[in-house]
Amino acid sequence: MSAVTLNNIAKRFGTFTAVHKSSLEIAEGAFVTLLGPSGCGKTTNLRMIAGLLDPTEGEILIGGKRVNDVPIHKRNLGLVFQNYALFPHKTVAENVAFGLKYRDVPAGEIPKRVQDALDLVQLPNVGERYPKELSGGQQQRIALARAIVIEPDVLLLDEPLSALDANLREDMRVELKRIQERIGVTTVFVTHDQSEALAMSDQIVVMSEGRVEQVGEPEEVYNTPASEFVANFLGASNIIAADCIERSSDSVALEAPIFGKLAIPVWKAPNLKSEGKAKLVVRAEKLLLAAPDAPAGDAVSVPAKVETVDYQGQAVRYFVRAGDTQLQAINMIDEHPYAAGSDVSLQLRPQDCAALPG
Amino acid sequence: MAASSGSLGWNLVRVWTLLVYIFMFLPIAVVVLLSFNASQFGAFPMTGFSFRWFVELAQNEAILRAFRTSIVLGLMTALISTTLGVLASLALVRYRVPGANMISTLLIAPILVPEVVLAVALLLFLNFLQINKSFTLLLAGHVIFTLPFVILVVQARLVSIKRDVEEAAMSLGASPRQTFFQITLPLMLPAVLAGALFAFTISFDDITGTLFWKPGGVETVPTQIFAMLRNSISPEINALGTVMIVMTVGLPLLGIAIARRLSSKSGA
Repeated sequence: MSAVTLNNIAKRFGTFTAVHKSSLEIAEGAFVTLLGPSGCGKTTNLRMIAGLLDPTEGEILIGGKRVNDVPIHKRNLGLVFQNYALFPHKTVAENVAFGLKYRDVPAGEIPKRVQDALDLVQLPNVGERYPKELSGGQQQRIALARAIVIEPDVLLLDEPLSALDANLREDMRVELKRIQERIGVTTVFVTHDQSEALAMSDQIVVMSEGRVEQVGEPEEVYNTPASEFVANFLGASNIIAADCIERSSDSVALEAPIFGKLAIPVWKAPNLKSEGKAKLVVRAEKLLLAAPDAPAGDAVSVPAKVETVDYQGQAVRYFVRAGDTQLQAINMIDEHPYAAGSDVSLQLRPQDCAALPG
Repeated sequence: MAASSGSLGWNLVRVWTLLVYIFMFLPIAVVVLLSFNASQFGAFPMTGFSFRWFVELAQNEAILRAFRTSIVLGLMTALISTTLGVLASLALVRYRVPGANMISTLLIAPILVPEVVLAVALLLFLNFLQINKSFTLLLAGHVIFTLPFVILVVQARLVSIKRDVEEAAMSLGASPRQTFFQITLPLMLPAVLAGALFAFTISFDDITGTLFWKPGGVETVPTQIFAMLRNSISPEINALGTVMIVMTVGLPLLGIAIARRLSSKSGA
């Protein structure tokens, strides 16, 4: 049985549709990420599961029970916000104990449960302090402790890492995943950060403009994007209009400008059902720059000119021009990056490409 | 170039500033000083230091009655204004009320209307309804023009309390009512207290509206002083002035101190 089921739900505010009719099943214990740019409806979905918004149509089931008419305080959910939302007038221990007061927990047991939760988030000694005495990362750990101490049926995380510094964010990402795996709670995580989604999720729901674009495991969503939007949102991609000229049981042959004929494994083009118009998806990190006369092996090699160099330390992002098409490539740096204006060859292995219907 | 802090210009600015302060505060200082004068003429030179006028004040039945009236009126005004103000602010900030802007403007309007106009208008309105003046109507009048202050202070605070905090409390199992008493009210308490204090001091201090609205025979401290001044300037009035100053300046200072303590504890 799924922990959370969204059954044909939609949310409209007046004439504006925040979430178009869609369904979603979230398995017990799964870590599911709603991923998309701001305004895509991911937070609206989360707030409907939480009971902070009523769906305009459809049903929400938690643990198999319809909860449309159950108010938020009776849903037994853990909720963590971007800006922590700790109670500033209560100590850390009082914050964590807050939810236990409304449950059948014997008063004598509360301090122990609070301490266990603080141990779990690795802040065992801050119980007496007030939230403002803690750093942002610490406050978010306390918010997490407060949400999980009540043993919620579902943990809902609304961009919990977005307010943290870049370095701290990556530490917290690992930490959050560790805690989630440890307690095994079904988790719905909302983020606009593709690397968080790829690193943490069992399943990613990519959303755009109130519609679900794709649901799948991180590798699946990354390797075989179901739409142009997904291809561009998870990493940078070059989308090139092409023609599907041949389909066999194990490969699809595309005729694309610049690169010519490419035979793509059929699993990388699951939605391309017929010959005719198609789109070639070339991930920026799969497009390699090499010296003009470098051997290409099994890759296709085409001449190009570097236009812009965006140096990033361990990697570099190039904008190159091949014929009259501009492409972007993200390559690891081997000694020095190519300078703007250099003549290079672009190498692309057909098996690294994906294809979409045109 | 720029004048250094020791230059003539800056010294003139200093002297000028000092003069402005003297102009503003000397009369008050004189009243306070003369209230301790032993002489029975409320004027310089002082003939000796004495609490005589305070003692007489404490034995003056009319003044004591006025004091009681003022304090009861002030406390009731504060209580009613604060309750109404908090409820109105909650509705305007937390819920979608049709015509919220309009309602907000109307509630704040009594500050913008000159008090005399408001006083006369209310009086004419009561005449039109053929209702006689009474203490209840005096109280209603005070509530009308203290309410905007409460609403302004409480609303400002309420806007700064994030909705997330309340949503977090509800997700943890607190009902909307429990959330209000556990989270929202404690967080806006400094503003509620400040609003109540404003309402009390404004009511305690008011003379214009009170003169129009008070029923016959009822005097508040300011109207009592006003009545006494018509006869003579007794040193008792200086003593009364001193008491008023202590109350209207001291109470808000006390209130601010309490609010500071509360908010430093809550860290908000």
